[in-house]
Amino acid sequence: METKNIMIVGVGGQGSLLASKLLGYLLLKEGYDVKVSEVHGMSQRGGSVVTYVRFGDKVYSPIIDRGEADYIVSFEEMEAARYLPYLKEGGRIVTNTQQIDPMPVITGASAYPEKLIEKLEEKGAQVDAMDCLTLAEEAGSSKAVNIVLMGRLSKYFDIPAEKWQQAIEALVPEKFREVNLKAFALGRG
Amino acid sequence: MKELMLGNKALARGLYEAGCSVASSYPGTPSTEVTEEIAKYRDIYSEWAPNEKVAMETAYGAALAGKRSMCAMKHVGMNVAADPMYTASYTGVNAGMVIVVADDAGMHSSQNEQDSRHHAIASKLPMLEPSDSAEAIAFAKAAYGISEAYDTPVIIKMCTRIAHSQSVVETGERVCPQQKPYEKNPAKYLMTPANAIRRHPIVEERTKALVQLGNECMFGDIRLNRIEWAEDRDLPGEDVPNAPMPVEEGMGRIGVICDSTCYQYVKEVYGDSIDVLKIGLVNPLPTTLIKDFAASVDEVWVIEELDPIIENHCRMMGIQVHGKDILPMEMEYSQNLLREAMGMDVPASAALEEAIPPRPPVMCAGCPHRGLFYTLHQHNVRVMGDIGCYTLGGAPPLFAMDNNLCMGASVSMLHGFNKACGKESEQNTVAVIGDSTFLHSGMTSLADIAYNRSNSTVIILDNSITGMTGHQQNPATGFDIHGDPAGRIDLESLVRSMGIDRVRVVDPYDLAQCDEAITQELAAEAPSVIISRRPCALLKTVGGQKVVHSRPLVNDPAKCVGCKSCMRIGCPAISMKEKKAVIDRTQCIGCGVCQQLCRFDALVSGS
Repeated sequence: METKNIMIVGVGGQGSLLASKLLGYLLLKEGYDVKVSEVHGMSQRGGSVVTYVRFGDKVYSPIIDRGEADYIVSFEEMEAARYLPYLKEGGRIVTNTQQIDPMPVITGASAYPEKLIEKLEEKGAQVDAMDCLTLAEEAGSSKAVNIVLMGRLSKYFDIPAEKWQQAIEALVPEKFREVNLKAFALGRG
Repeated sequence: MKELMLGNKALARGLYEAGCSVASSYPGTPSTEVTEEIAKYRDIYSEWAPNEKVAMETAYGAALAGKRSMCAMKHVGMNVAADPMYTASYTGVNAGMVIVVADDAGMHSSQNEQDSRHHAIASKLPMLEPSDSAEAIAFAKAAYGISEAYDTPVIIKMCTRIAHSQSVVETGERVCPQQKPYEKNPAKYLMTPANAIRRHPIVEERTKALVQLGNECMFGDIRLNRIEWAEDRDLPGEDVPNAPMPVEEGMGRIGVICDSTCYQYVKEVYGDSIDVLKIGLVNPLPTTLIKDFAASVDEVWVIEELDPIIENHCRMMGIQVHGKDILPMEMEYSQNLLREAMGMDVPASAALEEAIPPRPPVMCAGCPHRGLFYTLHQHNVRVMGDIGCYTLGGAPPLFAMDNNLCMGASVSMLHGFNKACGKESEQNTVAVIGDSTFLHSGMTSLADIAYNRSNSTVIILDNSITGMTGHQQNPATGFDIHGDPAGRIDLESLVRSMGIDRVRVVDPYDLAQCDEAITQELAAEAPSVIISRRPCALLKTVGGQKVVHSRPLVNDPAKCVGCKSCMRIGCPAISMKEKKAVIDRTQCIGCGVCQQLCRFDALVSGS
């Protein structure tokens, strides 16, 4: 199988590490070769963060380059737009519609761009946008945005929902399990 | 069992399996997790040292005592540790010693992107470069074997992409060799000129033997260097030999020599369609292996990040190669970068017409550094900066940092600036340095101020942790690498004992207190130290006590006039919506700094 590419983007501190851990665990169980590339250090301090997840028969490069991502999973609306150049032609964006102002917007140096979802669709991206924060809160924790997004992403994979749920059970501490399983179900819809 | 493992964790696993018994490091991205993972194996003694030089000397001492040891650092940390390293090359070791260094091409979290391979060449130490997590485990084992077989410390070089990528590994059992007896041997270990003169030729002979190891490719059953012939080659058998292949006239065969993460990019782009020489033992580089490989192809390309180390080695041997004539010397490589350099098509991609505002990293909401930096900004003073989270204080809207250089430099740069400019500078310039950075190498700089008397004002930003690298303990926190109680250096007593009489502690959440301290200490005709003390806002416990933050603030829209005074501190929890300030409850920890700037009492504690 040709290597498939999933990019997870967001704002440092939003919990993208659990999302990539879940994907890595699941895809390895499915028998694929997998590589996951993370960002640590300075950019975690509220900066724009990227995680690459690649899987297939044999994966070489740990990173995803422009025009290569089959999926972009975004924790924040503007971050989805920032990484559009990485999307493969006809690729899919799964994004949270939450907007978090970066420092240049806070200081008034620039404005938060408007109507981003429409603009992304005009560029040929298939966009699946949803208010993940509200769904996460409905599940019981605003921190479960990552699992809501994974729930939505799971719709586009041939892997049965139970396998995803088993992966969540394996990786999440018991006391957060119920919240996360609910978040997954709400995201999957 | 197969599992996904982070490169740094895999390296730690390999060192553990190979019997590492003593580990000493100073944290630094992207190397930190190696030691954090090592610390989880309680049968290894592990510690955070005050700096990389101390860590390396500790690891050296342990190897001398007969136990396998390691130290880890980022690329710039190797500069700090270079002094012991260059002479440890002469003395050799007793039990195996591994030095881990992690480069940061692309400067994800660093102030420069120096290439550590230069250090290996200059210190004449063998250096191994893994290309994924599985190889990190294998090379850790090879490193200890080489260290003991060739009597030398061995460097393992990681880079951000290998260190922070997870790939598939299979783990094994720990095999711990018996402690080797220590024997006094001044001719080997006491580096007086007379002894060192006799040791140097031994180093040169060792290098020749290591070149031969590189040519032979194998250390035991671990393949250090390997040739992967293209799939259209007529191979003699299953086990691909390193012997030269005939050049087929007119084929225009390209052969690529590469190392580290570049190997992955080459394979990504070319698969098995071209001949590849993958270098794992990057110092010393092989000779006949490269010559034979070059003789088997029509054109040789060297693909390596940063400096042309392999390329220059090829040229010295008289081999014509392509490399930096078409590839950049700076930043990370990628598959598209190679495709473009080779004149291949890159995948199509789209972009929005409008510019997306950048999202630079920022100081967190409630960061204790913010109040202090706001005060410095108000005073419009020059700020000699240092290395840590607080370097973010140089960004807008605070702009409260003029420069930085390396760990500890703020204090000595201030001293030099003041010696050059006298009173004008002394009353208008400060140095800021974190607690961990101060103990790393700011102490000796402060000794210069105390000894050679400049009326300098040094501000120690004591947030009770090593912050930027992800919360490691340090000698001033009172806890060790495991979070267990440990010795604790009292910063006030330390500074006083150096001969600095003017020492005061301020709470950076209290702007009036910061203002008074900075005004008075800049005016004072004596060296002074201000300790700005508040734990990092992200800490969950401090001194064993659970941290309880104040309630988040809320803005009263009836009182808010939209003057944006609260915006001047650059807090990511405050934004303007419909001309009124809005506070993000999920981020705000109620530090109250913005409250002190509001003249209309609009910011109040939430319920």
